[in-house]
Amino acid sequence: MHMKKERKIVELEDVVVKFAGDSGDGMQLTGSQFSDTSAFVGNDLSTFPDYPSEIRAPEGTIAGVSGFQVHIGQKEIQTPGDRADVLVAMNPAALKANLRWLKPNATLIIDIDNFDNKHYKKAGYIEDPLHDESLENYNLIKAPISSLTRATVKEYELDIRTAEKMRNQFVAGMLYWLFNRDLKIGENFLKSKFKSKPTLKKANIAVLRSGYSYAETIEAMTVTFLVNPAKRGKGLFRNITGNQATAWGLLAAAEKAGRKLFLGSYPITPATEILQELSKYKSLNAITFQAEDEIAGVCSAIGASFSGSIGVTSTSGPGLALKSEAIGLAVITELPLVIVNVQRGGPSTGLPTKTEQADLLQALHGRNGESPCVVIAASTPANCFDFAYLSTKIAVEHMTPVILLTDGYLANGSELWPVPKTENMEDIVPPAVKDNDPYYQPYARDPEKLSRYWAVPGQKGLRHRIGGLEKADVTGEVSHDPMNHEIMVLSRQEKVERVANYLPEQEIIGKKRGDLLVIGWGGTYGALNTAVRELQEEGKNISLVQFNFINPLPKNTNEILKGFKKRIVCELNMGQFAFYLKSKYSQFDYIQYNKIQGLPFMISELKSKFNEILEEI
Amino acid sequence: MAFEDAAPMISPQDFNLDVQVKWCPGCGGHAVLSSIKKALPETGVPLENIVFVSGIGCSSRFPYYINTYGFHSLHGRAPAIASGIKVVNPDLSVWIITGDGDSMAIGGNHFIHILRRNIDVNILLFNNKIYGLTKGQYSPTTPMGSITKTSPEGTIESPFLPGELAMGAQCTFYARVVDNDPRMMREVFIKAAQHKGTSLVEILQNCVIFNNKVHEDITGKDVREENQIYLEHGKPMIFGQNRDKGIVQSGSKFVVVKIGENGIRKEDILVHNAHSADDTRHYMLSRMAYPEYPVAMGVIREWKTSVYEKMLYRQVKESKKKSKIQTVNDLLTSGNTFTID
Repeated sequence: MHMKKERKIVELEDVVVKFAGDSGDGMQLTGSQFSDTSAFVGNDLSTFPDYPSEIRAPEGTIAGVSGFQVHIGQKEIQTPGDRADVLVAMNPAALKANLRWLKPNATLIIDIDNFDNKHYKKAGYIEDPLHDESLENYNLIKAPISSLTRATVKEYELDIRTAEKMRNQFVAGMLYWLFNRDLKIGENFLKSKFKSKPTLKKANIAVLRSGYSYAETIEAMTVTFLVNPAKRGKGLFRNITGNQATAWGLLAAAEKAGRKLFLGSYPITPATEILQELSKYKSLNAITFQAEDEIAGVCSAIGASFSGSIGVTSTSGPGLALKSEAIGLAVITELPLVIVNVQRGGPSTGLPTKTEQADLLQALHGRNGESPCVVIAASTPANCFDFAYLSTKIAVEHMTPVILLTDGYLANGSELWPVPKTENMEDIVPPAVKDNDPYYQPYARDPEKLSRYWAVPGQKGLRHRIGGLEKADVTGEVSHDPMNHEIMVLSRQEKVERVANYLPEQEIIGKKRGDLLVIGWGGTYGALNTAVRELQEEGKNISLVQFNFINPLPKNTNEILKGFKKRIVCELNMGQFAFYLKSKYSQFDYIQYNKIQGLPFMISELKSKFNEILEEI
Repeated sequence: MAFEDAAPMISPQDFNLDVQVKWCPGCGGHAVLSSIKKALPETGVPLENIVFVSGIGCSSRFPYYINTYGFHSLHGRAPAIASGIKVVNPDLSVWIITGDGDSMAIGGNHFIHILRRNIDVNILLFNNKIYGLTKGQYSPTTPMGSITKTSPEGTIESPFLPGELAMGAQCTFYARVVDNDPRMMREVFIKAAQHKGTSLVEILQNCVIFNNKVHEDITGKDVREENQIYLEHGKPMIFGQNRDKGIVQSGSKFVVVKIGENGIRKEDILVHNAHSADDTRHYMLSRMAYPEYPVAMGVIREWKTSVYEKMLYRQVKESKKKSKIQTVNDLLTSGNTFTID
């Protein structure tokens, strides 16, 4: 490419880019395209989409702003980043909604064609932001994105809507320049995306090039960035979201167990992608059943488990509430069942597209009767794979329902993931029974695990009946005997507790003894880990324990908790895990740090809280 | 397929269990249980492939009384549980046992959706028009005005007709039987088992304690010949003690006529076509009510069409043939990946 000006290259350890526009502007696509290109050139990354719950909220308004944040780096990246170094704002509403998340001196690219009185009014601006002092501290690039896109595609004679949609490729082109990336990567992406649509392919590539040339030409973009490849291990990597990883982990587990995978589910934000994803893989013996409601979702999964398949249901908070009765049925019938709950802001419909960790107590206790379930929480988008796999393994081998908690942040966020091989994954051995086993009894238990055995319809000589009424120990006959009920309640409880014998020890990040122990669980790992590590590098006496196994807790939990002068439990709720820990380990005091804004923790707010406590010690 | 398998001869006794059946003496349930035990050996399904799934209520204790695989589930949810059971193992012969409270009230949603999907299971709906296990509250099929424990001044709700609801939900097999006619039950249960798709059999059942003789106008020994019409595909709709009454259509209505009167000949009587895709007449038949009409018994609708799990496994087969993803390792390495060396 012909160089039109001197390009000054600044090397960066990491950089945060945010794309924001109307929900119809294709910002999610531009964001993923930028992420994939970053992965392709070897950067580590973490992404976070932030979108409204309405499909197409009114155009140009704050409510309609859809965003996608990408954090890329040469160093290890664990969160999508607190604040952006680069913001692309397609209209004034996108600018207004995101300005407070910008770092000082950040690069701000706006589509100047949309910065007019009509759009200011929709965004609720009283003063013209381009003419007051609000943007003084930024490197403002006023790019005529809309008009140059239109001009570029004129020769392809496309309708206006199609042409408008290509503005995101103009933005992409500008960023290829800004980040010193080979435009060929973007062209190849478009070639494969529009393989069967030659005109769209040509037009998109033309717009991409046009954005690149524009950035190359203008004076305001003489400073460009370079993020070198991360020094990760060698091998095959991919960018994966939490929901995709969850779906794939379930597939891997079913294959390993040699059973069909059955997902009974009802569409609900932000869990729907799990159902969508699994519906593509009938070739892998995955059956998806889009049920008439949440209850039928879980009930069909229980039926499938009774029939010998891996029964799974996926949902979010309100759906988990509807499934409670049926989860109790899986508890008393002691069938394997995996319930994936992608948490969102509650109560009730709450904040469907925002993240929260407020379903913990519902998962632990939200059923009638003494009704213990195994509860597991994933902590990064990619490890949703591992914990979906492990949840299935535990459900099958211990004959128990397992609730896997993820959240909106993990589900939609993505990170770079070293692709595993199924041959390296742990075996999953269903507690099967041989046909005509003369000793088979429906409620006889494995002496170690206390799980019952899995005889399924179609097997000869093992006919038996299960159900929601209390059953007699061993024989499984209906029983209202008082002592038998107590024995059964205790056995079900003990069975779940004994799962701890099969879990790895809880790891601690940092020293095993010290001043402050930061305690987290599930999806807050990235932010807590980054904050704690940064303080450790500053020489602070601080460690992190991030729990994935909630019920039962790992056996060395007490050992970890007692090694510190102070403990702070950080969660995106009002303190549900703290409440749980207090009930299990009441000998310790816990400080709480809670946030209930539908947003993940920011590293900066965590560090300042931890520093405050460290100063008191 | 299960039905064609050469299974060892099984007898009704093979289904006996050494347990006490805890239905009231005189409950219609006993006769249904005995009829199903007689019908099952004739379906040709091996013992181990039969599964009974129920919800909650008196009738839903059924699986505990029959020696097959059984699942006594949640109130109203048996169709959802049964869907999962059948979909992952289509070789199974799955029977759903439900009552009018279980399937018309709390489980109404699952009931209509299983019919719409046409999953190959059989539903036996015990309709005694009352809540028995909770001791006598009105149900969604209780006639308007009935005095019950929760309607001391009479119910003010219009009842569901299960057949009407079933037609509205695109049911492919609908039959009605009475609990005091074992021969009729056996015959219809076998037909239900043979139908590919969801079969719904409504059983007019007596609750001897809380709703005694609710169906007496139809099922009573002295009146049943006059007040029931037993329908058979391809046969004229004739009924009555003297087999001299029949159904004809006049405009958009059915009319009861007497053969030999007003020039009506036997050939004028409507012939029952249970197999038609169009359900207009099936709907009309299901609505015929005493005293204006005889109540329709037997197989009212039996339409052969695509079955859910057949279509599902066709897609599975196709996907296994065509998809590049044959193992999870194929999946893990598919699409956009990046090699870092």
